[in-house]
Amino acid sequence: MSEALIVLKDIGKHYTRSKQTIRIFEHLDMIVPREDFVAIMGPSGSGKTTLLNLLGGIDRPSSGEIQFDGKRVDDLSESRLAAFRAGSIGFIFQFYNLMPMLTAAQNVELPLLLTKLGPKARRERVKTALEIVSLSDRARHRPSELSGGQQQRVAIARAIVSDPKLLLCDEPTGDLDRETAGEILSMLQTLNRDLGKTIVMVTHDPEAARFAKRTLHLDKGRFSEKDLSA
Amino acid sequence: MTFLELVRKNLFRKKLRTILTTVAIFIAFAIFGVLATFQNALNSGVDTAGADRLIVTNRINFTLPMPIAYVSRVGAVEGVKTVAHANWFGGYYQEPRNFLVALAIDPVTYLDIYPEYVLPKSQREAFLNESGSIIVGEALAKQYKWKVGDRIPVKSNIFRQRNGSDTWDFTLAGIMTPGAQGVDVNFVAFHYKYFAETRSFGGDTIGWLIVKTAGSKDNDRIARTVDAMFANSPFETETKTEQAFNKAFTEQLGDLGFIITAIVGAAFATILLIVGNTMMLTVRERTNEIAVLKTIGFTSRRIFQLVLGESMLLAMIGGLLGLVAAFLMSVVLQNVFAGRIGVMSFTPGTALIGLGLMASLGFLTGILPALRAMRLDIVTALGRK
Ligand SMILES: Nc1ncnc2c1ncn2[C@@H]1O[C@H](COP(=O)(O)OP(=O)(O)OP(=O)(O)O)[C@@H](O)[C@H]1O
Ligand SMILES: [Mg+2]
Repeated sequence: MSEALIVLKDIGKHYTRSKQTIRIFEHLDMIVPREDFVAIMGPSGSGKTTLLNLLGGIDRPSSGEIQFDGKRVDDLSESRLAAFRAGSIGFIFQFYNLMPMLTAAQNVELPLLLTKLGPKARRERVKTALEIVSLSDRARHRPSELSGGQQQRVAIARAIVSDPKLLLCDEPTGDLDRETAGEILSMLQTLNRDLGKTIVMVTHDPEAARFAKRTLHLDKGRFSEKDLSA
Repeated sequence: MTFLELVRKNLFRKKLRTILTTVAIFIAFAIFGVLATFQNALNSGVDTAGADRLIVTNRINFTLPMPIAYVSRVGAVEGVKTVAHANWFGGYYQEPRNFLVALAIDPVTYLDIYPEYVLPKSQREAFLNESGSIIVGEALAKQYKWKVGDRIPVKSNIFRQRNGSDTWDFTLAGIMTPGAQGVDVNFVAFHYKYFAETRSFGGDTIGWLIVKTAGSKDNDRIARTVDAMFANSPFETETKTEQAFNKAFTEQLGDLGFIITAIVGAAFATILLIVGNTMMLTVRERTNEIAVLKTIGFTSRRIFQLVLGESMLLAMIGGLLGLVAAFLMSVVLQNVFAGRIGVMSFTPGTALIGLGLMASLGFLTGILPALRAMRLDIVTALGRK
């Protein structure tokens, strides 16, 4: 088994809009080792979200190859890709993206609807996930009854409930105050350290990046690694 | 939580909107159910017509009389088993608005030819034995609180008795019940002989003949033979199967079937637009959520089912409530219209068509939004904020 969870090989990505081609990546390479916690920083428009989309299998590269756990994923069919996302990846968004009509517990349960787990096993999983994010007492609350930080914790529980290897976070603290952001980031750190989740997190905030093991800087579609731990 | 619960939660997210849409669907299905009940009533004569029965009427118009001698002459035609006859009385009870289908019949042959008009044995015998007696349908008996043995004065808006009175007094000998679903017993019948002897004009003429044939394969031949037999006489005849006769009779009322179809069609075209528009709006509002569901691994097929399931559920709820309302109304209408326009029943066939309409409505209103949701591109939808 290789040390790398994700390998990006010679990735090219461009969009064509009204006869104009926007090149985002050309010959981009990247390796994310298992149990890594990497922060991605860079100016707006540098391609951070696009990179996460490629890693998470919701977008496809124009050229090059993406391997996850030693297997190629960029050429999977639409439905296999969906199954891959459901089984291997947890997504955490800036604006939480919870379903407003569902309670916290039901939101967390959502990805489990795609599994073969029975009602009892699902309930157990949801309970554990909510315990991990310390929100057991809010299980029956709807998103509108929760603070931003609490909503993001529900989103984290939803991301980990099916026990994926990789968590992808796009500015997970972008909408939160510093203190709440710290709580969320510590939580991600714990998930990385104690549960061995590999995390790729996009952020604008150098303070947030400090919680990661390393930081990559993306600019004009290229990486420049800087060691911030010094 | 199950997938179906997710569908339901989606549907009732905007409560007021969903309720208003449900009411629109409810109204359309109630209209459909009630009108279908009317249509069933009009068609009940056609549906329950005997395959081995022919009706012989005056060729010029079925309301004109024929000589009673025709009974024995038609009876002599090969393949004819029984011949019965009847006269239209133009009856009503107490007041003209209490219109009655009242017939003067030959009791023995008539009851023999129509076994679906069921009478208890003793009542049947009493009726056959007493010339001044009458039999009535059970709904009429209930409506006017008639009991066996009662004196029932029946008035005519056509005939007079020899003494000048427009009222015939009959003794109620029996109460008929339908022998099968859809059989219409909402009429009264009494002895032709008694009627012919007491009326002041009309003599020995009859209204129409009912012929029971040896089998439906003989129908055509017998019909032709009978009509040929009376050709070029002062009373030419027209012979049809009972089914064709009942159908022609119903069509006298105008092409109600077409009018009903048009009304139901208009109602459904309207809700198709209302519900379709609502579903489209709903999916557009949820663009971001659908993208999130896809991101966490819901396949395009699941998304398709989620949206189509919602429009199906909506159509089912509104539709079933509408059909239940129509059923309850059909019970009320059956009592209100007792005897006037056939059997007002909400049949299993109507329910089945209703279910078909629900499925079509759910499908047609959901298919475009479902396809749109299914094809939604995650990257574009999530990037649009
Ligand atoms: N679907 C698309 N079609 C066309 N161009 C796109 C599309 N998605 C992204 N882009 C372009 O690709 C570039 C990178 O976008 P991306 O969203 O990855 O940037 P980002 O680094 O996440 O920026 P931000 O920090 O503002 O979130 C931008 O110039 C953007 O306009
Ligand atoms: Mg971005």
